[in-house]
Amino acid sequence: MVSTKAYEMASKQRDISVAEFFEKNRHLLGFDNTRKALLTTVKEAVDNSLDACEEADIIPEIVVEVIDMGDDRFRIIVEDNGPGIVKSQIPKIFAKLLYGSKFHRLKQSRGQQGIGISASVMYAQLTTGRPAKILSKVGPDKPAHYYELKIDTARNKPQILKDEKGENENSHGTRVEIDLEGTYVKGKQSIDQYLKQTAIVNPHVNITYVNPKAEQIIFPRVTDKMPRQPIEIKPHPAGVELGILLKMLSATSFRTLQAFLTNEFSRVGSGTAKQICEKALIPPSTIPRRIKRGDAEKLINAIKKTKIITPPTECISPIGQELLEKGLRKEINAEYYCAVTRKPSVYRGNPFQVEVAIAYGGDQTAEGSVNLLRFANRVPLLYQQSACSIFRSVADTNWRPYGLSQSNGSLPQGPVTIAVHIASVWVPFTSESKEAIAHYPEIISELKLALQEAGRKLKKYTVKKRRVKEELKKRSFIEKYIPHVADGLREILDLKRIEVSSVEKILKQMLEKKRGKLDKVGFDPSENPDYDEEFARIGSIGRDDEKKQEQEEAWENAKADDSEENEQKKEEKDQKENKQEAKTKKE
Amino acid sequence: MVNDALKKIRETAKYVYERIKSKKLPSLDTPIRSLNNVTYNLKDGYFELNGKVKKRTLTASTVKGFAQTLKMMALSQELIKNDDIATKREAYYVSKNWDEARFTAQSDSDTVMDDVEAMIGVNRERLGFIPEEKGGDIAGDLVVIDKDPSTGKQIRVDCKKFGSGAYSVPSSVEHLGFETRAKFILAIETAGMFQRLVKHNYWKKANCILVSMGGVPTRACRRFIRRLSDEKELPVYVFTDGDPYGYLNIYRTFKVGSGNAAHINEFFCVPQAKFIGITPQDIEEYKLPTHPLKEVDIKRLKDGLKNDPFIKHHKTWQKALKKMHQMRVRAEQQALAKHGLNFVISNYLPDKIKNSKTWLD
Repeated sequence: MVSTKAYEMASKQRDISVAEFFEKNRHLLGFDNTRKALLTTVKEAVDNSLDACEEADIIPEIVVEVIDMGDDRFRIIVEDNGPGIVKSQIPKIFAKLLYGSKFHRLKQSRGQQGIGISASVMYAQLTTGRPAKILSKVGPDKPAHYYELKIDTARNKPQILKDEKGENENSHGTRVEIDLEGTYVKGKQSIDQYLKQTAIVNPHVNITYVNPKAEQIIFPRVTDKMPRQPIEIKPHPAGVELGILLKMLSATSFRTLQAFLTNEFSRVGSGTAKQICEKALIPPSTIPRRIKRGDAEKLINAIKKTKIITPPTECISPIGQELLEKGLRKEINAEYYCAVTRKPSVYRGNPFQVEVAIAYGGDQTAEGSVNLLRFANRVPLLYQQSACSIFRSVADTNWRPYGLSQSNGSLPQGPVTIAVHIASVWVPFTSESKEAIAHYPEIISELKLALQEAGRKLKKYTVKKRRVKEELKKRSFIEKYIPHVADGLREILDLKRIEVSSVEKILKQMLEKKRGKLDKVGFDPSENPDYDEEFARIGSIGRDDEKKQEQEEAWENAKADDSEENEQKKEEKDQKENKQEAKTKKE
Repeated sequence: MVNDALKKIRETAKYVYERIKSKKLPSLDTPIRSLNNVTYNLKDGYFELNGKVKKRTLTASTVKGFAQTLKMMALSQELIKNDDIATKREAYYVSKNWDEARFTAQSDSDTVMDDVEAMIGVNRERLGFIPEEKGGDIAGDLVVIDKDPSTGKQIRVDCKKFGSGAYSVPSSVEHLGFETRAKFILAIETAGMFQRLVKHNYWKKANCILVSMGGVPTRACRRFIRRLSDEKELPVYVFTDGDPYGYLNIYRTFKVGSGNAAHINEFFCVPQAKFIGITPQDIEEYKLPTHPLKEVDIKRLKDGLKNDPFIKHHKTWQKALKKMHQMRVRAEQQALAKHGLNFVISNYLPDKIKNSKTWLD
């Protein structure tokens, strides 16, 4: 009986394709609801376009069109002037999950894993049954290729419906057209907002956007200077894990361990390589492919014990404090701005760099929490704010000394926008939908240092402002209370009216002379020439509607992310405990 | 005396006015009223103010306080002229008519009132300001000679004739006269103990005047006992709980005055007072039930030993406080009930009053 059951079960046991897995778990990719699906699709397409342009050193020119087709269906068209895609690659890139160029290398880019755009294609075919239409051209004298693609989800393979020559007016570039079910919204988590924030942190990009109401909005480029091209680096030994090391050992073409170490890793010279071999008690002349698990583990331990310089940082390209601040100036009319770009740092062997910009006061409302803008590798993060280590770091930083009110463990309050950018060769997101950054202690500590540095700049201003405010109050005292001084004297000494007014006059003169000149602080809207009112209005809606949307989202997130969040909390707790342990050890 | 206060108020205002007229910034000096700025005047037995003064010059930040001080002085002048009085609370409400110069809390107006009092150098009753609190309860062989407020005729109040109740000390006692044949005055901390002694006619048996202080004695109560004791040459005994509050707050204030009222302690203390109990020694000898000292008690003990000029002058008190600090316990007056409800009347008080060696100075 029992054995037959096992055979019966065996007949049902089979491979699960990645595509099938994500078809069922679409929330992991950012398709948990129709609002988000629309945004995620635009985001994936735009991210790819920008990556492609930058890699090819072309100043990006992006056109985004969202067309309302009725019945909750939308057509999204994203077109770029990038290098185009070679014909044979087009089907795999758009219709095969986990296929891409960015996963295996260590270099800062927006896309990382090779899921995004193909997931959008899959979602589109699930909800509308329609294929994705791709048109790409690699050069002025080359023909444009037109594809209609679906994903064979059972086998995670592209299914080509049409493959023909197409027409593309541009000399090179790619055009993606996807029909999907969605809901168009305005506000904090809208396509408009996403594109606007993209423009803020990518001042070299020109975006033309046509929204579902057929209104054209142009986000003009602010600078012709391309961001510094990040350079691909080899892995740093400090970040390598056993499995990866074994894979690298068996795949390398180098003949000795010594050569393998110096050539396949960054920051390992012959001296360092010798040290590692010595500490691992493995001869440098060993053939890498012969190294088995036990010895590999020894190598890992030896690496941990060896002092190796931190990874090179030319693989990351920060926005720069000047441009970041300029971006904020455009979006927010504030009375004070400051920005900080930290030096690069390392987590798990991956270089990363943190930047923070703050806008204080001005048009911003003083009620409620500060406005937090999160960016990772120049991509705005609009969802899952509270699960993100950026949010945690802002909330765990004590802002009271910097002049903001704050209750413990939550975002500070006040008329402030804080923009935080993390650039890294590998941004550790909490899920494939890339909405929140994982809580690595090294990242959190670097974030906090950046926030504190910016906070200290902010403090200089808030202190000055408070001082001036107090001074003004004192000055108003002079006006207010001098008549009472005179009146008290009149009552006691029976002064005449003329004597009273002369007392008032003399006192006022004497006291005001003593106060001296006043520093100028406060808000003068005309002082910020960078501010663009129309730009600021894009994607924003009334506060009430925004709240409603937030609530809805919070509710949906609570449903979808229950397990995820629990895990995160656990993770956080673990980290805290680790920290405490480390502390007690120190003591 | 009253005209003195008026004169002082006018002089101060005149000075301020003249300074302003000659285009100089006026300033007001108020003595600093705290234990740091008092010395124990051994000869007369009270806390005396040192020379330290707070000099407040008229600037943008002090202009409000300046205005309020002058207005308060004007109010005092009006009260004296019209032979009227205002309680501290009433004065606070009067200020509500001063527009922006009004006080927002009574504690603010009290401070300004205290400043004026210290500046003019007379007690606030003479400025026309009286406290809210009553002065304390009296029972025993004493006739208080007072005036009828409406007719001005003399009236005699016999403190023997209040039955189970008591005569209440008025807030101003300067005009009172006394007649008595009692042998001593006994000032008691708690109303409960006072009730017990009245109920059982202790004042008759011991031929004394009983005073219920109800915690730290008010200025009026101190002044009343001082005048009574001075005029009739009666010894004064103080009977409190055996705890740091009883020693350092009640008895010390009673005998030598307080830091806050140092400018007027001269009149508002009873230097001839003696402490008869409950001493730390009593706790041991009478095997009284105790409670552990609280943190504030210990803090008060240490503070007294370190900073109180009175304690610093009295070795016996230092010894007593150190002993209590060691014992780590305190005992209430009522703890004597352990030996019977009336043990305090039949044994404790007679024994203690007889034996001056058991007293503290």
